[in-house]
Amino acid sequence: MSPSTPDLVPYDEALSRYEPVLGLEVHVELSTASKMFCGCPTGFGAEPNTQVCPVCLGLPGALPVMNAEALDAVIRIGLALGCDIAPWCRFARKNYFYPDMPKNFQISQYDEPIAYGGSLDVMIDTDDGPQTFTVGIERAHMEEDTGKSLHVGGATGRIHGAQHSLVDYNRAGIPLIEIVTKPVPGLGKYVPELARAYVGELRDILRSLDVSDVRMEQGSLRCDVNVSIAPVGAAEWGKRTETKNVNSLRSVERAVRYEIGRQAAVLDAGGTVKQETRHWQEGSGTTAPGRSKEEAEDYRYFPEPDLVPIAPTPERVEELRGTLPELPRALRVRLLGEWQLSPLDMQALINAGAVDLVVATVAAGAPPADARKWWLGELARAANETGTELSALPVTPAQVARVVELVADGALNDKLARQVLEGVLAGEGEPDEIVAARGLAVVSDEGALGKAVDAAIAGNPDVAGKIRDGKIAAAGALVGAVMKATRGQADAARVRDLLLERLGPPE
Amino acid sequence: MTDSSTGDLVRRTAVDLAAMITKGEATAVEVAQAHLDRIDAVDGRIHAFLHVDHQGALAAAAAVDAKRSAGESLGTLAGVPLALKDVFTTAGIPTTAGSKILEGWRPPYDAALVERLRAADIVILGKTNCDEFAMGSSTENSAYGPTHNPWDETRIPGGSGGGSSAALAAHFAPLAIGTDTGGSIRQPAAVTGTVGVKPTYGGVSRYGLIACASSLDQGGPCARNVLDAALLHEVIAGHDPRDATSIDQAVPAVVEAARRREIGGMRIGVVREFAGEGYEPGVLASVRAAIDVLTELGADVVEVSCPSFTYALPAYYLILPSEVSSNLARFDAMRFGLRVGDDGTHSAEEVMAMTRGAGFGPEVKRRIILGTYALSSGYFDAYYGQAQKVRTLIARDFAAAFDQVDVLVSPTTPTTAFPLGERADDPLAMYLADLCTIPANLAGNAAMSLPVGLSDGLPVGLQVMAPVLADDRIYRVAGALEQALDDRRGHALLEKAPTL
Repeated sequence: MSPSTPDLVPYDEALSRYEPVLGLEVHVELSTASKMFCGCPTGFGAEPNTQVCPVCLGLPGALPVMNAEALDAVIRIGLALGCDIAPWCRFARKNYFYPDMPKNFQISQYDEPIAYGGSLDVMIDTDDGPQTFTVGIERAHMEEDTGKSLHVGGATGRIHGAQHSLVDYNRAGIPLIEIVTKPVPGLGKYVPELARAYVGELRDILRSLDVSDVRMEQGSLRCDVNVSIAPVGAAEWGKRTETKNVNSLRSVERAVRYEIGRQAAVLDAGGTVKQETRHWQEGSGTTAPGRSKEEAEDYRYFPEPDLVPIAPTPERVEELRGTLPELPRALRVRLLGEWQLSPLDMQALINAGAVDLVVATVAAGAPPADARKWWLGELARAANETGTELSALPVTPAQVARVVELVADGALNDKLARQVLEGVLAGEGEPDEIVAARGLAVVSDEGALGKAVDAAIAGNPDVAGKIRDGKIAAAGALVGAVMKATRGQADAARVRDLLLERLGPPE
Repeated sequence: MTDSSTGDLVRRTAVDLAAMITKGEATAVEVAQAHLDRIDAVDGRIHAFLHVDHQGALAAAAAVDAKRSAGESLGTLAGVPLALKDVFTTAGIPTTAGSKILEGWRPPYDAALVERLRAADIVILGKTNCDEFAMGSSTENSAYGPTHNPWDETRIPGGSGGGSSAALAAHFAPLAIGTDTGGSIRQPAAVTGTVGVKPTYGGVSRYGLIACASSLDQGGPCARNVLDAALLHEVIAGHDPRDATSIDQAVPAVVEAARRREIGGMRIGVVREFAGEGYEPGVLASVRAAIDVLTELGADVVEVSCPSFTYALPAYYLILPSEVSSNLARFDAMRFGLRVGDDGTHSAEEVMAMTRGAGFGPEVKRRIILGTYALSSGYFDAYYGQAQKVRTLIARDFAAAFDQVDVLVSPTTPTTAFPLGERADDPLAMYLADLCTIPANLAGNAAMSLPVGLSDGLPVGLQVMAPVLADDRIYRVAGALEQALDDRRGHALLEKAPTL
């Protein structure tokens, strides 16, 4: 942190004096086969400048043509967010110079977005239990992504101070949808959680629509966080900052929290918050100002003359509405009933980002309770330890379902199952391969198990006597002894059965 | 081949040359060579070409001859040479748009129009001179020096497509391609005694046309006579999915219309606003005489008022610079063309600024600045917004006029070719050259200029305008008028041009 950075006001204290207003701009890269305005492929991770053509390089004479698949996608996104779809709208040029923007203007939409006026319900934990908040959606519009710059030789990784810069235009022209919320006032201390929950919910919706990879770490879903604060009871909202480079759900929450504390410190010191773009620094957990602009950027928007107006017919819009899948919220309501979950259970699944994973695991054959148990237990722990999202763990719902199946068949017990999942996460292969390779099968040899049971009875005559007298609860101690003797590789239920057989269970 | 027969080849029409090649009376290589020889001999004085592609032209011609030898059928213009305005991209062949900022650039792709020319076996001789990024009415804004009018080498050949019009008038090629944003095909045609057509906007693909103003630019055919222009029009027009503004409809039957040579009962409107002060008397006299001929040919001629046309020029000089300021932003030294200041001491931003400062000429800079201002926050509504409203009014004037008449006629340009240098330092005087041609660009109509007479020994053009997608009507009127004028004169107007 530079010396001029003011101290943070502790979060609770800031909230006691200031009222925050939140706004979120989410950019989603569509997973269309080709770019927004040309036929180039959109795959992630190709060699730099191999997925380019005269159009997306902005060569003289080249012209854009709209990707019809992208239009369908944005209409479906708009409908899923409850937006109206414009019967007629246009693209506009946003003019500014930057080396990774080939034409030095971005084809976007300005005052005529394709979708506008929707809302999204988001559930968060509050002191009064899980509650639903409605976030207004201002608009969703289409635009093209820029290329990617790599600035070499500077301290900040930004263009200023760099020795030289490399530009990869593979990303230039990839379809982007920008989804902008209305300002969200009146949430008080829940603003950071709401920001995170909103982005998470939006991500789930986009995933269910199958329009994007929605991978924040790869940049296919990017979030700009707008935060302002004003003294409690003030008539007007404060000046807002726009924080970019927020690349995970966790960072969304942290960035909001940080900005509230930072802005409170500025105001407490008698200063004013500058309306500016800031950058989230993942390492330090802080935001830093972007390049200060002496005056506001003038993008000189005007209607894009190389493209014709977009006019989806009402019939086409209804046709696309018919293709909407069951949206996450509806799915959850259905699951509450089908899986007999409490709202709290469901909230735990949502908070962990596990709904889709559990659904997929159930679809792969696992009972819902078992699927939940593994994703929220062992796997959530692993995700926490490595600091990744649950969905980013290298384990598939099908693999989890197989582990559940092996336990149900008695081939594994819970302890062994945990080891199998460890192996999957470590990249050792499929569950069955790991069972074989690590020799993790439950001791099911009746002879060996019988001997261990007999030994336990012989070694604990007092306990055995109690069981014979009908104190079945005492059997646990002997089961424990057998499990210890077999180093955990026995099916505890089977051990119990064998003990009770030998010690004369009551009818 | 003797000198005299070579001389004969360069004076023939495109229709004649195509017939000779098809019949075996001349090979395509002979035809190409005759034109290349003339260019080599005479273009030092005219400067119509920025680049002559000897090798490519002869190879294309040889391919036509090979096709004929193999018994393959040839297209209507196969083997006919053509001069291409240097604002269309040509794969591997230098393309400059008349600007230093593109000096040495060899595009990796052919423009859609160029693809169509090649597919039709038309032989592209080279790239012709023009005002920088097609901004100008004299070719004096070319970074590579002006083109001279073959009728009088001290005078301008029109602009921006002066290279193409001069190439036709100097008999360097029987066909040429121009682009028309505010008159850049028609005004050069008028002042060089040639035919130039701005097709309906969207009629010819703009893919690969280096943009001046996207909503106004239109490529079109240039020739020495109406039928040759129609044949070329048919080759280059048609829907192209790579240009979103390309019209997905059948090309109007322009060749049939050009051959009809009869206009009995057609209703022709004379635009009242395009006469009077600022118009050279000789120009108005030639135009009046041509209109009288139209009446004699059986047309029903009336005067029509289009009051909003008066506002076309100011509206144009807001819309055009606005689009220019954005279209020309891509010339930033990052990916192609000139790069200035890349010596390790300057930032990318500085290299961009230095390159643009050094690479663009004064007229281009003037329009970028005008457009940047007009689009600025707080000024947009007053300038660009108002100009778009004027555009709507002009389209309404056209619609109202075409309720009464089939075509409109006017002078193409208020004066004949003015002397080189006369208006170079007076942009407003220069802009007036496009006074009559701009309305058709703003409304997207089809329009043509054809030669109708001389004023003080210099050619005068008549502009014929038709509704959107009625390009055939201008060819019908022009074909009949050209025939009548040639018959009365006993020869084509261009025969009166000095021998170079």
